[in-house]
Amino acid sequence: MDSTTLIAIASIVTAGLTIALGSIGPALGEGRAVATALSSLAQQPDAATTITRTLCVGLAMIESIAIYCFVVSMILIFANPFWGHIIAQAAGK
Amino acid sequence: MRLSPDEMIFWQLGFLKLNGTIVFTWGLMFVLAVGSMLITRKLSTELKRSRWQNLLEIVVTGIEKQIEDVGLRHPKKYIGFLGTLFLFVALASLCTVIPGYEPPTGSLSTTAALALCVFVAVPFFGIEEQGLGGYLKSYVEPTVIMLPFNIISELSRTLALAVRLFGNMMSGTMILAILLTITPFIFPIAMSALGLLTGMVQAYIFSILAAVYIASATRARKPKLEPAVRG
Repeated sequence: MDSTTLIAIASIVTAGLTIALGSIGPALGEGRAVATALSSLAQQPDAATTITRTLCVGLAMIESIAIYCFVVSMILIFANPFWGHIIAQAAGK
Repeated sequence: MRLSPDEMIFWQLGFLKLNGTIVFTWGLMFVLAVGSMLITRKLSTELKRSRWQNLLEIVVTGIEKQIEDVGLRHPKKYIGFLGTLFLFVALASLCTVIPGYEPPTGSLSTTAALALCVFVAVPFFGIEEQGLGGYLKSYVEPTVIMLPFNIISELSRTLALAVRLFGNMMSGTMILAILLTITPFIFPIAMSALGLLTGMVQAYIFSILAAVYIASATRARKPKLEPAVRG
């Protein structure tokens, strides 16, 4: 197996694994955040706007982790730094 | 597969490139500036006012109330910066309904520039409110050991602002592009509606986070005595 194939396999597998594993944590965290927000809304309905706003801000922070994983996997697929280098090397040979 | 509007080149002269990001940013700036200028040419304070003026007033008072809720005491000082951040990012995401348009916030350059503006604005407002010594002293709170951590947290939250907005915008356009090659027409419309929603939420998040950072930098360190009589 030459290095081009190896780099391709590693990039594709890592990209898939990154986004798959990287979405588990944020999804669980967001579920807990929404559940707590709902129970506190049930306890104090007149603080609804504050709770909703804080919930949205918290969800966006948690979502960023999933977004980082998505960006890494997109970089591996579309803007792979090693791929360009190895193709240039193979073309130069 | 285009990763960002940086790759749409409209015009090129040597190394000066007029790419999609720059052109769409100029278009947004033009719409915001000229639109506001046209609407505010004839302001009226009576009950009868044009609907555009009503729209602008709703937007401005809404943003002022949000800034005040975050804890900044004189929202008029900050609404220029924070309001512009919100309106730019929101309009950039709303205009995706126009065919042929790519949001300039889908390019890391634009979001990095916006995050750098926030990075510069936080010490600016902090020093304006508390003086240079007072602001620098906030870095060694609660103990001197926290100094490197405070500095690192400043840098990392700027980076997080940029990557969060970039990731959300880029993923929206990319999922749309991928879906259009698979199932044209119905499913991409649902995804583009979701993209609009996340665009507005991200605009709100960006400006609220900027407001929270500025609020934490301008927070009074010693509790001031509130006047006994509140007007």
